[in-house]
Amino acid sequence: MNIQTPLFKPTALAAQTADAIIRFEAVHKAFPARQGGAAVTALEQIDLDVDRGSIVGVIGRSGAGKSTLIRLANGLEKPTGGRVIVDGVEVSALPEPALRDVRRSIGMIFQHFNLLSSRTAFDNVALPLEVAGVGKAAIKARVEPLLELVGLTDKRDRYPAELSGGQKQRIGIARALATEPKVLLSDEATSALDPETTQSILDLLASINRELGLTILLITHEMSVIRRIAQKVAVLEAGRVVEQGDVFDIFTRPAHATTRSFLGSATGRALPPSVARRLSADVQPGSQALVRIVFRGHFASEPVLAQLSRERGIEANLVAGQIDEVAGKPFGILNVALPAADATLASALDYLRQRDFDVEILGYVT
Amino acid sequence: MSPEIVWLIAEATLDTLRMVAIAIACATLAGVPLGVFLATSGRGELFAAPLFNRIIGFVVNATRSTPFIILVVAIIPLTRLVAGTSIGTSAAIVPLSIAAAPFIARLVETAIREVDHGLVEAARAMGASPLQIVRKVLLPEAIPAIALSLTLAVVSLIGYSAMVGAVGGGGLGDLGIRYGYQRFMPDVMAAVVVVLIVLVQGVQSIGDTLSRRLNKRIRQR
Repeated sequence: MNIQTPLFKPTALAAQTADAIIRFEAVHKAFPARQGGAAVTALEQIDLDVDRGSIVGVIGRSGAGKSTLIRLANGLEKPTGGRVIVDGVEVSALPEPALRDVRRSIGMIFQHFNLLSSRTAFDNVALPLEVAGVGKAAIKARVEPLLELVGLTDKRDRYPAELSGGQKQRIGIARALATEPKVLLSDEATSALDPETTQSILDLLASINRELGLTILLITHEMSVIRRIAQKVAVLEAGRVVEQGDVFDIFTRPAHATTRSFLGSATGRALPPSVARRLSADVQPGSQALVRIVFRGHFASEPVLAQLSRERGIEANLVAGQIDEVAGKPFGILNVALPAADATLASALDYLRQRDFDVEILGYVT
Repeated sequence: MSPEIVWLIAEATLDTLRMVAIAIACATLAGVPLGVFLATSGRGELFAAPLFNRIIGFVVNATRSTPFIILVVAIIPLTRLVAGTSIGTSAAIVPLSIAAAPFIARLVETAIREVDHGLVEAARAMGASPLQIVRKVLLPEAIPAIALSLTLAVVSLIGYSAMVGAVGGGGLGDLGIRYGYQRFMPDVMAAVVVVLIVLVQGVQSIGDTLSRRLNKRIRQR
């Protein structure tokens, strides 16, 4: 059994108004055919709203279209259908020169940081300001607090080659914030980092979201990233959004198979291999029913198995599980073995359902 | 070796250095913008102009595939127009520049294409114009490679400059041919070759050091 104590503080929801700062409306994107090949449809019928001040995650496998999706938000890609609106401006309709101004209000960070190797940390953060035509003194006045914000004041004269991955991403974040954007796009920003560094970068992003009220749209292939900082999530599969909603709901009641497979081991949903091998669909003499109980919200703290034993006299054998927190709310999954006898099993399931747990019979094990 | 010969060698060395220096300056002035253009004007690139890209590419290739000695003779009218004469050190600078410019253009093109495309994307995402991307991203990032390319170009030009001696170009090559070969003075020939070797070694060392200094991708001590 794998019970984790929460390693993070619940993310306080930033003051949210209902207006969407980024809106994808029926967006379609196809790439023209290369010689001999057919046109490739990257995105189809995407409807997605990112509320002002929120953190929204888009999760998908490589090739699902998430990189294309995030690049539509700052006009690095143009949709072949539908509209992309950022802060009231239809970026999908803007010509390149006008887009440049809009992009200054949209920061972006990257998986491989994309820092200029020829510039020091300070000069990398200064680049967007130079591009915007800001004067030297004003650049200094803006860059120094940013380096402090990301905790790298002492590295200001270092070149990227002299920095660790996490430090590079911090510089990337400072650079993205230089022009005081309203939106931050995060393109797999933690995918090249180790778990500890990932955690510290996510903490930084969460605190920027909280303190600066910056809206963050992030794409990732890791559910753990979504769980740690996002409030809403969209699951992308083969160019379509197959499921979207509040992170807690998606985590606790995933509807689509893709979502379930993403959740897999991250939430104790996956069975240990030795158990999974013995699982069969039919009842055999002496076998027990394997039941998955999903705890949502405050019920996650109830001693339900003990109560089941005391009140109904049914012993549940804990096989695997995890109690954790998602988007600041307690959440747990327990996989338990219950007696397979019809009456006993029905009584146990009935007892659990009465208490509003999600219960599912996975199969039978001997 | 008599003092006059030593004096001649010194003079010829200075001539060679002058020819190569002026030619490399002219060729760089033309070659770097050409290289940037070649690297950024392909289909779907910053300054997309595929047709123009192909035309320039063809001219560059044509110049590069013409043997140098033929180029020297072929452009004599142009040399006369620019330098006022078709023989001597000044005249030699014209074909040297014209031969080196496309060479430098191709090297610069390669250096710029080597710049990580992610940097261009990051610059676009921060609202940089194509010209700003060239000035603030592509050229600074390609500088260490460009420094090595220019070193290569200087070394090649030192070799070419010896060849223009054949058409009265002056410099070390000219000295080697007139004294060493035509007057049967093997010691002069040997001295010329030694000076050339020293020159090339020196240029290469300077270029290597410079490129290493400019390259911030490697941790400096």
